[in-house]
Amino acid sequence: MVVVTAKQLDEIVHMLAGRRRVLLLGCNTCAAVALAGGDREVETMIQALQLAISRRGMTVEFVGGVLQRQCEPEYVEAMDAEDIDAILSLGCGAGVAMLAAQTGIPVYPALDTLFIGAAQGLGSWRAECSACGSCVLGETAGICPVTRCAKGILNGPCGGVNDGECELGDRPCAWVEIHERLESQGRGASFAHENPPKDDSAGEMYQWDLSAKGGSR
Amino acid sequence: MSLAAAFDSGRFVVTSEVGPPKGTDVAAMLETAEVLAPHVDALNVTDNQAAVMRLSTLAACVHLTQAGHETVYQVTCRDRNRLALQSDLLGAASFGITNVLALTGDHVRVGDHREAKAVFDLESVQLLRVIQTLNAGTDMAGKELHGTPEFYAGAVVTPDSAPLAPQLAKFEKKVAAGARYFQTQAVYDLASFESFMRFARRFEVKVLAGIVVLRSARMASFMNANIPGITVPEGIVAELTASEDAASTGVQIAARFIRGAREMCDGIHIMAIGAEHLAPRVIGEAGLTREVPA
Repeated sequence: MVVVTAKQLDEIVHMLAGRRRVLLLGCNTCAAVALAGGDREVETMIQALQLAISRRGMTVEFVGGVLQRQCEPEYVEAMDAEDIDAILSLGCGAGVAMLAAQTGIPVYPALDTLFIGAAQGLGSWRAECSACGSCVLGETAGICPVTRCAKGILNGPCGGVNDGECELGDRPCAWVEIHERLESQGRGASFAHENPPKDDSAGEMYQWDLSAKGGSR
Repeated sequence: MSLAAAFDSGRFVVTSEVGPPKGTDVAAMLETAEVLAPHVDALNVTDNQAAVMRLSTLAACVHLTQAGHETVYQVTCRDRNRLALQSDLLGAASFGITNVLALTGDHVRVGDHREAKAVFDLESVQLLRVIQTLNAGTDMAGKELHGTPEFYAGAVVTPDSAPLAPQLAKFEKKVAAGARYFQTQAVYDLASFESFMRFARRFEVKVLAGIVVLRSARMASFMNANIPGITVPEGIVAELTASEDAASTGVQIAARFIRGAREMCDGIHIMAIGAEHLAPRVIGEAGLTREVPA
């Protein structure tokens, strides 16, 4: 799923300066599961913003709501945004974009969109995919070197690996993990396959605005 | 004599390192080069080493080449995409720079511009392949070059990497992608280096053992704790601790290793890291002192 996290309150307050009536809109799919965009987070953020705004001597009225998915037009069309002069989205970047395109009123992000991840435990996710448009997971034993290697190396570990840890000290070395898993599956020989440079134009085979891949970046 | 010719002559090759300045004043770099030049076959020029921004390696290589030095142009993939890398390589070739050391490069997060976008459009194995492609007269897009470079490509390897198996598998990929010589991360344990060399000797490549001259026990402990892939054995740390002149002891330790490694590999690469004046002493004590023919 898309993993998100709340922005600092100060940054949000700054964005909302001068607004009269703001809709805080959660998203009940990824953002809710990420504990950043569900009912409870909308309520909590309204309270926190009211406090922060009143401390600054400002007046903004907040109303709350949650869409099932901000990134789908039918949910956005069914939404009631009457007498709202801005939306604060508790969804991912795609949700913000859809809201902004559909409603015509200013939309601000309350969250930062981090990565596509898999759950590691309660409230914990690990980045597993960078949506690069040309998947190599079949030859890397299901561990993405584009995402899990800090340098996105496609051909084996760099010299910075330290007892199986990345030189940045924040993760295991993806290539040590890939090597181990390939060996354990009897696929050690495929490590020797030389991966060519990534085709960064991979998404272009689709119409960029209709693309499942996203087009040129 | 070119680096390739030095290897081919069968002599025990010596290279060392100079770092471009942070700023435009290249006088100190050229001075360091003059100190080292009589003792080495080539000077390796670092590329924003440790992701710290400095004067461009290509410009530094041009300065050094024009001063009469044989250079090794280090190229990392951290700061430039495939257009910029090919473009700079052709630029280097146009100035007569032929020795290239292809590296992936330290991550920007460890350097002094940690907010920067890390490029890594290519990495070391792919860069070696690109150099081979340029040497064959075309660019990565298959377009013909007007004027073809003749690069002598090298790469790096960490013989004490843990775990070692994936590191050695990558070494093989680098050989297959066109690396003609290797420069190792700093090595101290002769037995461990010998075992690495038994592996490396299965391939048609030259190997320079990496030498970092230790200047104190603290430096040795720091490297053990903080530099991935470097292991300074406890005995060496103890030797430095007991010494009243640790810098001289460090020189002797390096010289001793070189004497031991002399029959195992094809040469050494001395990374003096701010103590370039020690490099000639190491070379002298290792018994490698000789006039380098022009």
